[in-house]
Order: sequence, then C-alpha cells, then structure tokens
Amino acid sequence: MSESSKTQSVEDERIKEMSSFRKALIRPELGSICGVILVFFFFFLTASDSGMFSPAGILNWSVVSSQFIIIAVGACLLMIAGEFDLSVGSMIGFAGMSIALLSITMGWPVWLSIIITFILCIFIGALSGWLVIKTGLPSFIVTLAFLFILRGLTIFAAITTTNKTIIGGIKEAAEGDWLAPIFGGKILTGLFQWMGDAGWIETFVRGTRKGQPVVEGIPMLIVWAIVLVIFGHWLLTKTKFGNWIFAAGGDAQAARYVGVPVNRVKILMFMFTAFCACVFATAQVMEFGSAGADRGVLKEFEAIISVVIGGALLTGGYGSVLGAALGAIIFGVVQQGLFFAGVESSLFRVFLGVILLLAVILNTYIRRMITGEK
Amino acid sequence: MTQPIIEMHNIEKHFGAVIALSGVSLDVLPGECHCLLGDNGAGKSTFIKTMSGVHKPTAGEILFEGKPLKSDNPRDAITAGIATVYQDLAMIPLMSVARNFFMGNEPTKKIAGLSFFDHKYANEVTMKEMKAMGISLRSPEQAVGTLSGGERQTVAIARAVHFGAKILILDEPTSALGVRQTANVLATVERVRNQGIGIVFITHNVRHAMAVGDRFTVLNRGQTLGTAKRGEITPEELQDLMAGGQELAKLEGSLGGTV
Repeated sequence: MSESSKTQSVEDERIKEMSSFRKALIRPELGSICGVILVFFFFFLTASDSGMFSPAGILNWSVVSSQFIIIAVGACLLMIAGEFDLSVGSMIGFAGMSIALLSITMGWPVWLSIIITFILCIFIGALSGWLVIKTGLPSFIVTLAFLFILRGLTIFAAITTTNKTIIGGIKEAAEGDWLAPIFGGKILTGLFQWMGDAGWIETFVRGTRKGQPVVEGIPMLIVWAIVLVIFGHWLLTKTKFGNWIFAAGGDAQAARYVGVPVNRVKILMFMFTAFCACVFATAQVMEFGSAGADRGVLKEFEAIISVVIGGALLTGGYGSVLGAALGAIIFGVVQQGLFFAGVESSLFRVFLGVILLLAVILNTYIRRMITGEK
Repeated sequence: MTQPIIEMHNIEKHFGAVIALSGVSLDVLPGECHCLLGDNGAGKSTFIKTMSGVHKPTAGEILFEGKPLKSDNPRDAITAGIATVYQDLAMIPLMSVARNFFMGNEPTKKIAGLSFFDHKYANEVTMKEMKAMGISLRSPEQAVGTLSGGERQTVAIARAVHFGAKILILDEPTSALGVRQTANVLATVERVRNQGIGIVFITHNVRHAMAVGDRFTVLNRGQTLGTAKRGEITPEELQDLMAGGQELAKLEGSLGGTV
C-alpha cells in the first residue's frame, strides 16, 4: 500500500503540465463551436432586421441545417471508420425516385414504398461497403462509381416508366398513411397554435389561414436530425462499437490483430450512411410532394465538408458527431443567412471553399498536437 | 518436468509453390523467455503468424496445454491465451491509451437496458496497469501518439497480460527502439516472465536475445537449426547460426565482432 502511494506521488519530470487551453484545443468540436458562435454573431449584426431571427426565419435555417445534419451524421461515422461515401447525393435522388415510382406509378401504399426503399438503399450501402472490403480499393473510387450508377439508374427508371424526370402527387397519395408523417409531418402543432392564440408568435392576419401561426410546428426533419445526432454521439463515444469505429479508422490492421471485426464495422457504417441518405430523401419527398431525378446533387460533398468543419480527419480515426452537427449548422445558417442579408448567393461557395480550407489546415495542426509530433 | 504451454511439432507452411516453413518445432514453458532468432526471410514471421492463428499450418501439430489447438483466426488464438504484440501495429496513435488498452475487449455496463462503454473502469484499470509497468501517464485519455515507441510496446504487453495471455509473442519489439527504450522493454519482458507467462521473443539482435532469453531457437531458410539453453551457446555461435555460418565469419574479421 505504502509503495503504491509512493509511486503515485512520483511525477515524471519529462511530462509538461498541459494548459487547459491546449486541452480544449484537442477536442474535435472546438473549431466548429467557435465557428457557430462567429456565424451567429455575424448574422445578428448584419441580418437581425431581415426576419432571420423571427420564428419563420429560425424555422427556415433550422430545416436547412437539419438536412445537412442528417447526412453529416452518416458521413461522419463513416469517415471516422476510415471510409468515404461519394454516392450520398445520388442515393438521395435514387431513394426519392424509388418511393415515387413504387407509390405513384405502381400504386403501392406509401408506407410499403418507404420501407422497400429503405431496404433497397441499405442493401446498396452494404454492397458498396462489401466491394470496398473485398477489393481493397479505396472507397473513394468504389463510391464514385456508385455516384454515377445510381444517378444513371434513377434517371433511366424515371424516363422509361413515366417519361418524366419529376414525379408529383405524393402528398395526396400519402394522405392518411401511417408511416409518411414520421418523415413529412410536424410535431407540437397544438403548442404552436396555443402560442399563436396567446399572441406570443406571429399568426397570419389575412387569407384562408387567418389566425393560424406562421410556424405551425416542428417539422419531423428537425426531429430526425436531433435523434440521429444523439444516436450517433452515443454510439461513437459511449459504446463498445464506437471504440471499434475509431479503431477501424485509426489503423485497421492493428484493430484486426486485437480481434476488432473491422470489416463488419465498416460495412455497417456504409449501411448507416445509406440509411441517413434515405431519411433525407424520404423527408424531402414528403415535404415537396414530388421526387426529382436530379435531387441531391453535390450533397455528398456538403456532408463531407460539414464533417471536416466539425473536426474529423479525412484519414479517419478521429472526429466527433457533435462537431459534424455543428459544422452542418454553420453550413445551413450561412447559406440561408446570406440570403436574408441580401448577399449575392454565389458568394456562399466562396465562403464554403475558404472555410473548408481553414478547417482542414486547423485539423492537421490539431492532429499533430494530439500525437505529439512537431 | 513442467508441461510446456504450447508445443509446435514439425510445422510446415506452403504458400503455393513456396515452402516458407519446412518442419519447425518449438515449445514454450511457463515463465520462460524463448528467443526465436533468424535473419530476414528465415520464416520467423510466418512461424509466429501460424502460432497466433493468422495462418493455418499446411502440416504439423500445435498442442496448447497438451491439447490440440483449434484456431481458425486470431480471435480464437487470443481467446485461448496466445497474444501477439506486433512491432509497429500494436497501438492506434490517435486513440487514447485507455481506448487502446481495451480495444477489442471493451468493458461495458448496462444503464436502462442500453449497453455503455465503461470509461471509468477502463481509465482506472489502464492507470493501474501502466503504473505496474512503470509508466506514469498524465491521463488515461492521453493519445497513444504522445508515448514513445518503447512505451507503446509496454502498453501493448501490459494489455496482453491483463487480458489473460499465457503465451506472449513479441515480434521484434526492440528493433526500432533506442538504447534506453530497449532497456525498458527488456525490463518489461523480465517482469512479465516472472508472472509465469511464456514469452516468444523474436529478434535478429543476438545481444537483446542474450539479455532476456532462457532458450534460443534459430531459424534458417524455413528450418530449425536447433534449440540451445542459456549458457550452452555463445553469442558468436548464435550469430553464425543465424547467418548460415560461412559469409559472416569472413565479415566478422573485418568488423571486429561488432555485428
């Protein structure tokens, strides 16, 4: 006993005391937390009188941010597991079209179309994951192939069956369906009506919806985003499986040697990414009431950018779901905020490029700090 | 006479037309450090991979604690108690020491029906085990990347011992290390051996082998050239065996016995 307490008191003279600033800096979320504060500060100054922070304005950028969050959570876990999925955007178009074709063209119930689409997408995710594992090719190439395959199939299927690339009428078909509201519905509508009646939030003053609140409720899209972030964060940091995700991305071979089922982890993450893309697509189809063959273009990059802004390393093994969600919020707020501030929207892309570059440079620097390299 | 923990009899391994191992035998006693020496390409790696379940032997027999060992993959071997510490693949630099320590063996606790990674337990055990190995960590959440090469090997060894290894295979643990770090690893080997664990120490450095080894087996071109006990063989003889004798004898003269 006395010996153990003696060893405890011995401090290694070569270990420098770490400042709390340095400690905070190696948290993956730090950059994105600062980014979120900066972005809100900026738009409070420049766009507060444009309605950006009215209930309708908040709903507007929250919905856009939630869309980014949904695909960023999938991309984040996959990137930490050491892989990419460039087919997310095409998967969104594919899933939306699949729901529309099954429910409208084939006349199946909407709930069945949604379930079959989810199964199909998750299967395709598993297939690309399996190909990456079996061939040993970079996931960049394999999923790039799927980007084209899925997009091509989506357009082909739409054209050959309906001669159109946009299929509408889904809102009507989903009327009374039990599963569709889980993606396209709104919650807390009663609360918002009550707040509107009490005069706390804006209501329509004329027209057919007179007396109804401008913001009717919280869209399910936002609920999905919150649920996925909580699930992803819990999975990554609080479970055994989360440790395997880090291990698979950090060094797959070292992980295999200690018995981590690396292949299973990676394929499951591909499936989860496909699941997230499918959630995005279903919510979008239910919101718009239509599916388009060109939906989701460039979404894969937006997801990856959110994840990188959130502090994840492109090489895998390091990152945070919370960070990715904050990255997605920065993304959504800036995109909509520039609109509210009346800035030319093409500048958004300039901003995106600059912030991506800054994030990658910061991440590389932080990685050196974690591993103690110079 | 104590029973060996593991006995490998006439192990052969063919890769297509290449015969990597043609009848290698070796056994390891509890608390013994058995050094496996051989030059590059002698078959050391193939042999230990056969032992640790990565490869299936083409012919030959493996007895673990007197019973035939059935292992189809590394997982089975680990479960049986055969742990391998690879030279540069032991640890994941970006992950914390505690996460690395429990990688593949994560402790869990149930809260409200959900299974959680028990970080508190993992951190405590890691700190305790590291202290026992003489490494003082700033925090168990410190990334492994901040540790030196020798410390990483030590963490990997401590991990294997903690999870009940009976045989510890060390694949060239000292080949990439400096003098100080090598001494630390050799001290760790000594400590582990005193706990009754059998160690297979792979190296091509005769000096390191002589420092900790109880028995020495030399491999050359896929064959055992024999096993010698400590004190029965000189470092020079070992060196000659490893190199196949002739050429090195000539070289030795010009280098003054420094190799």
